[in-house]
Amino acid sequence: MSDAESPTNPTLAPDAQTDDFEAVEVFPESTDMDLRPGADHCYKCTACDVSCPVAEVDDEFPGPKFQGPEQWRLKRKDDAAVDDSIMSCSNCMRCDDACPSGVPLSQMHNTARGEYVDEEMDKLSREYIRNRILANYGTLAQLGSMFPRLTNTMMGNSVVQKINEKVLGITAERDFPEFATQTFREWWNERGGPQVRSEDKRVAYFHGCYSNYNTPEVGKAMVRVFESFGYEVVVPKQRCSGTPMFANGMLDDAKRAAGINVENFSGLIPEGYDIIASCTSCSMSLRQEYPELFDIDGINDLSEHTYEALEYLRIHEDLEGEIREASVSDQSFAYHAPCHGRNQGLDRQAVELFRELDGVDIEDVGDSCSGISGTYGWKEEKYDKSMQIGADMFDHMEHAEGNVGMTECPTCSMQMEHGTGYDIKHPLQLLEEALV
Amino acid sequence: MAITDDVLVIGGGIAACTAALSAAETGARVRLLAHKKSTLRQASGLVDVLGYVDGDGPFSDPYAGLDSLPEDHPYHIAGEDGIREGLRIFDEAVGDAYQGGHTDANALVMTHGGTMKPTARYPESVAPGLTSSSGDMLLVGFEGLTDFDAPVAADHLTAAGVPFDVRGVTVGFPKSFRSDAKVTRFAKALDRDESVAGGTVRSVLADAVAAELDGETRVGFPAMLGDDHDEDVRDELADRLGVPVFEVPTGPPSLLGLKLEDMLFDALDEAGVRISSGNPAVDFEAADGRIETVLVDQKSRMTPYEADQIVLATGGLVGKGLDSDREHVTEPVFDCYVPHPEDRYEWSDPEAFGNHAFARFGVVPDDELRPTAEDGEPHFENLRAAGGVVGGADVAREKSASGVSLATGAVAGRLAGEEASQ
Ligand SMILES: Cc1cc2nc3c(=O)[nH]c(=O)nc-3n(C[C@H](O)[C@H](O)[C@H](O)COP(=O)(O)OP(=O)(O)OC[C@H]3O[C@@H](n4cnc5c(N)ncnc54)[C@H](O)[C@@H]3O)c2cc1C
Ligand code: SF4
Ligand code: SF4
Repeated sequence: MSDAESPTNPTLAPDAQTDDFEAVEVFPESTDMDLRPGADHCYKCTACDVSCPVAEVDDEFPGPKFQGPEQWRLKRKDDAAVDDSIMSCSNCMRCDDACPSGVPLSQMHNTARGEYVDEEMDKLSREYIRNRILANYGTLAQLGSMFPRLTNTMMGNSVVQKINEKVLGITAERDFPEFATQTFREWWNERGGPQVRSEDKRVAYFHGCYSNYNTPEVGKAMVRVFESFGYEVVVPKQRCSGTPMFANGMLDDAKRAAGINVENFSGLIPEGYDIIASCTSCSMSLRQEYPELFDIDGINDLSEHTYEALEYLRIHEDLEGEIREASVSDQSFAYHAPCHGRNQGLDRQAVELFRELDGVDIEDVGDSCSGISGTYGWKEEKYDKSMQIGADMFDHMEHAEGNVGMTECPTCSMQMEHGTGYDIKHPLQLLEEALV
Repeated sequence: MAITDDVLVIGGGIAACTAALSAAETGARVRLLAHKKSTLRQASGLVDVLGYVDGDGPFSDPYAGLDSLPEDHPYHIAGEDGIREGLRIFDEAVGDAYQGGHTDANALVMTHGGTMKPTARYPESVAPGLTSSSGDMLLVGFEGLTDFDAPVAADHLTAAGVPFDVRGVTVGFPKSFRSDAKVTRFAKALDRDESVAGGTVRSVLADAVAAELDGETRVGFPAMLGDDHDEDVRDELADRLGVPVFEVPTGPPSLLGLKLEDMLFDALDEAGVRISSGNPAVDFEAADGRIETVLVDQKSRMTPYEADQIVLATGGLVGKGLDSDREHVTEPVFDCYVPHPEDRYEWSDPEAFGNHAFARFGVVPDDELRPTAEDGEPHFENLRAAGGVVGGADVAREKSASGVSLATGAVAGRLAGEEASQ
């Protein structure tokens, strides 16, 4: 990368880097987005407001229309400061999906949030520190997974949880996700990398933090399924996709992570690799938020070559044909489509596909938001609202035939488990069971 | 490999849903491809078939005016049978949630402005408030919910000469929300029956209304009486008040429209229709006069969808099925021919509710609902159109919007399904 510079901002825990690459600051200065045409498209139909799950439960939150086009206009006119309510937006992006007029709401929110955090937030405040810790889950997880058993015991300890809540504002109501005893990357290295080599079927896997540190079985399923279709899978070094950072206005952190990801992945595209993610927030981030917010060489190329795993197989293979031939032992699922999957138009694919699978009963539990929205539901002051938003989904899950949940999003899966006690599977795991 | 089906319906509104359901009945494998949420979210939730022709009306029989419609009206292609087919598909999709199917007559429903309009199907929650049925009415509006001004609506109805007394009052909602709170916030509070000083939202609201009740035999609220548990909310209010309770359809965003959208999508699920939503169809590949592939813009990358038959149900100027700039009106996906006067000043009538040319803009269907080029020949053998994208109807003046969508959707969907299954 020609415009790369040495880091100007220290990362949260620079010493914790175990991967042998340096974080680089690829942005000499921030690029100001021209959001004017977007703001002008708003004709105040309020379709965004009625689809906002936060506005539905939070009286303090003025809703997406205000946070987006209205605030944007206010700011141009009076040079007003960004309203602090922007921090209550969970970045679920439902408003984006609802707007019939193509107003880039989430882009406006991300930009406003970044500005608010940069210019108005006290960097020593408990909220800022807490948000920074939550946003940099990957760094935290990297530390935690070095001593998974110890960390699991620690984090599961109610005293530690109380301290987290009192000191940091991280709710004690939730159990920390367990760290796997072997990370996905450790497994990948142990098996000696790709088992299939191919000149024309190649994918680069973006595993993200969660399937690396917490649910490596999802990553393994992804690898095995793709290899069974004859794909060469590679797993480049990578950082967090940036999703939690966008949601907390930590745009500098997100830029750094994006810079590394774009550099490590986009170079593979000319060699015939497409990029596959197993988490819908990761694919959303690479596809939409990166090019909306940052200007990095290769970023559009990366966006255009990024797919969600199931989506990729549906487009490039006769996945339905294979599924129709296959069968698994009887099981039934309550499926929840994550907001970020919905936003990519992927909300129906799992149900549509597995309906054809012999032995499987699958039911969509409706289109409500799960309510956790990444880091939102981890914040002490948001926990109750998060559960109120999720109530519809819990209710529908309990009324569904299935007693195992299914979703593509790791944090939705935490919320589903937390609210119902059900085990949650990723579609790739069922695909592995059916096809491998 | 592209994603492959027999019939691909492009659109997400009432026309697209009807076309998909109709095609599925023929046994074809059907996919609905919708970009954004449909205009149903803003629509009243009422299903109008035909109320006026050229200023004549309101008709009590929606079929009575068919013959006097202009020659190029889509109802002439769908025919009375097509309208009935559309209504049947609708009735089966929504079940008991809608009324009006027991009769061929239009009902007169009150709008939030206090006018009356002839409609063929209406939500069950609206039924006790029909102005075509008798009984004195109390209308209740809320402070802070400016969409529905109950006293004004009551005055309008009285002025229109309804054969019963109407009175409007404004009360405070038991729970106070921020000044620009959304209707969904009110609906959820009622759904959950949240606790408030003096009891719960439902009980305190009922007490406030009971204090205003003066012998009226029915009470109307703006359509916000619950979302998931709307029946419970209405039942409890009616129980506490001792008279039937009804909803008055509101402007956007409309809970009744949102619920109708949910019902139609549930019906699609039930019928096994596959759904892809969130991304627009933007382009296509054709060969030998047939569309082979529709290209969908999936976040900056094209995803191919293949089908034997295509139904275009992308809506009119509001739904974005038609596009206009200062000189031209176009159909953006397949670039079908949309006739319009060259002089822009002829597009509209000086009067707001006049006979506007733009209201009838749309593609020109042949007798199989295939959009035609200027020479009258179909653009593509396997492309049909339904709903607002079809020209020739002035749905706002005629009060025929959903009816046109249902009728053309039913016919286009059936023809596409039959063709694909051959
Ligand atoms: C405010 C309002 C009030 C109304 N009130 C009434 C009423 O009282 N009674 C009545 O009968 N009717 C009413 N209607 C009309 C009715 O609800 C429908 O809008 C009408 O029947 C047209 O339906 P449609 O399905 O053709 O199009 P629309 O409802 O406009 O739907 C078009 C759909 O196509 C999708 N689309 C567009 N372009 C693409 C693309 N390129 N790719 C994929 N998808 C695409 C859109 O996202 C949308 O989902 C009202 C409408 C509005 C807006
Ligand atoms: S992103 Fe979600 S929470 Fe934020 S304004 Fe939009 S709909 Fe509301
Ligand atoms: S949905 Fe879009 S057009 Fe409607 S109010 Fe929101 S931003 Fe404006």
